[in-house]
Amino acid sequence: MSTALDKFKKYRKPGYYDKFDYHWTMTIDLDRCTGCEACVVACQAENNLPVVGEQQFAMRREMKWIRIERYWEGEYPDIKLQFIPMLCQHCDQAPCEIACPVFATYHNQDGLNTQIYNRCIGTRTCAVYCPYEVRYFNWFTYTWDEPLEQQLNPDVTVREKGVMEKCTFCIQRIRQAKDQAKDDDRRRVRDGEIMPACVQSCPTEAMVFGDRNDPDSQVSKMAGNPRGYHVLEELNTTPSIVYLKRVRADG
Amino acid sequence: MADYTEPTYAEVNNDVLRSMMETGPKYWALLGTSIAVAGICFFLPWFYQLEVGVGAAGMNRSAVWGTYLSNFIFWIGLSHSGTLLSAILHITNSSWRKPIYRSAEAMTLFSLVTAALFVMVHVGRVWFVHWTIPVPNQMDLWPNFRSPLMFDVMAITTYLTASSIFIYMGSVPDFAAVRDASTGLRRKLYTIFSFGWRGTAKEWHTLGWAYTFFAVLVIPLAVSVHSIVSWDFAMSLVPGLHHTVFAPYFVTGAIYSGTAGIVTVMFLLRKYMNFERYIREIHLVNLGKLLVVLSLIWTYINIMELFTTWFSGSSYELEALEWRMTGFYAPMYWEMILFCAVVPLLILFKRIRTSWKSMLIISILINIGMLSERFIIVATSQPRKFLPDAFGFYFPSIVEILITIGSFAIFSTLFLIFVKWVPSVSLYEVKETLKPLRRAG
Repeated sequence: MSTALDKFKKYRKPGYYDKFDYHWTMTIDLDRCTGCEACVVACQAENNLPVVGEQQFAMRREMKWIRIERYWEGEYPDIKLQFIPMLCQHCDQAPCEIACPVFATYHNQDGLNTQIYNRCIGTRTCAVYCPYEVRYFNWFTYTWDEPLEQQLNPDVTVREKGVMEKCTFCIQRIRQAKDQAKDDDRRRVRDGEIMPACVQSCPTEAMVFGDRNDPDSQVSKMAGNPRGYHVLEELNTTPSIVYLKRVRADG
Repeated sequence: MADYTEPTYAEVNNDVLRSMMETGPKYWALLGTSIAVAGICFFLPWFYQLEVGVGAAGMNRSAVWGTYLSNFIFWIGLSHSGTLLSAILHITNSSWRKPIYRSAEAMTLFSLVTAALFVMVHVGRVWFVHWTIPVPNQMDLWPNFRSPLMFDVMAITTYLTASSIFIYMGSVPDFAAVRDASTGLRRKLYTIFSFGWRGTAKEWHTLGWAYTFFAVLVIPLAVSVHSIVSWDFAMSLVPGLHHTVFAPYFVTGAIYSGTAGIVTVMFLLRKYMNFERYIREIHLVNLGKLLVVLSLIWTYINIMELFTTWFSGSSYELEALEWRMTGFYAPMYWEMILFCAVVPLLILFKRIRTSWKSMLIISILINIGMLSERFIIVATSQPRKFLPDAFGFYFPSIVEILITIGSFAIFSTLFLIFVKWVPSVSLYEVKETLKPLRRAG
């Protein structure tokens, strides 16, 4: 009883996921990213993202839980293209979470910023509050042309119109790995057991996913890299995604 | 006005009750048009949007808020002056308020209803909007009390309830007057409306006490409502919205546009309901003075907003400001400055202050300016936040424009119904201002 109470008390403290369960983190090594967009396609397939069509794309209503942002540096002909994959940062101090009047988005004990489609009423406040612009709204009920509906992932909900959605760190895979660990009488998920679709598909292994609470995990080691930084760190959202700065020959 | 003669008690009754009971073809034509426009421009596009999804509007990613939200703020703002002004003038014993407060309070009520409709139009799944109300629901989940939208729901419902009670309570003796002057079904109906008011000293005493109590209650409420609406914006991190000045800015803007709205409504009532003897130059001049003061406060806060933005030195804020002042919507921004900060200064001239026509034009211009202000706040900030790759652009679609037009028709429909059901000039309070000598007349 007392342990349950202790656990409950700790859950109420900010940063409780330091002590409990997992703290899912991703590192993205920009030095390795080639901007191939394999992650974008993998995410599309894994998470039942609709293809909105040319007209809607032109209206900036595309659905991409992960996108490759492109930034050009310098003037022609000395032009350099830089890529930065942008997905939900699963902020510890998430601006979107205070915004939702119905708790459709909240922080779970794994340090994930989750989105509950069933609760969402579509005020879109979370998307306005999000500084990373990684929340996507279902402007319509999207459909899949035959035979594309055959490839829908049965582990993931198909969303209806009026609902906000975003990257979940492939929560269905996390769930599955946790169940597997429980079945195998393991206390924790092994490092590297979970791979979100984007991580799995990255040909240069630029992305690493894992548990930051485990000091020996690959992601903890990567996150300790001196090249590591958070995007828009000055906003104090304390994201769970660590980017590793590009190394450049010209300094 | 030199040739002004004070109306007698009987004339007050006759003039006001006539406006309720005698209905000409013009009224029916106007009401019919209003209902038709509301149906075609508001409900039809809305039902279409409900069918296909919010994608029928022009919003997109990074500009996920659009005219629905800016109109919501506008209508909440318009609602601000009626009850607030009436309450403040009541507790400061300003007798000039008496002929105009009823219609001003009605304006509050109907603007609030229109604003609430815009919430329904705005959200993606309106059929679940009751989940924002803190009553047990099928999810066994309370609403999120940290959310500024949650505060909104609370504030607006409270304000709507309080202003409805306020206007109703002030009308009870007048409902009794209607009851006494009518026959048949109308008499029965107004017997119920007036709660069997007989006009005893005890009843007057209770009414006076209760009315003052509500006046005091309503003032902080009105201030809180628009502060909370502003927090929807100010509590985000969005450059251009993340300002502490937003609460006073919105409250001032709200009272400003509301007061201008009262001038517009006053003009129409005076002209088309023949209330020349009740709604007079003193009201115009007093409201004009108020408009000048509010305009100066509004301008000051605007300058302060620019100053704090510049002083912060934050590149995000400066870029947002630059886009607002020189980008696509720059003409709208400068139009707003012209209509809300420059044009109202003309009221300082006595000739303009005392002319109904010029004041009508100025009051409408102010509200156009305020409508643009709300649109600019929504449309120029959140499409351009932090990451340049995600910069977007927002322009309203035909559905949104139609719904905006339709909302004005909804407001006028409600108001037209109101003038036939409730005496739009308070009978008993006007009588209080008349000289006792003329009582016999």
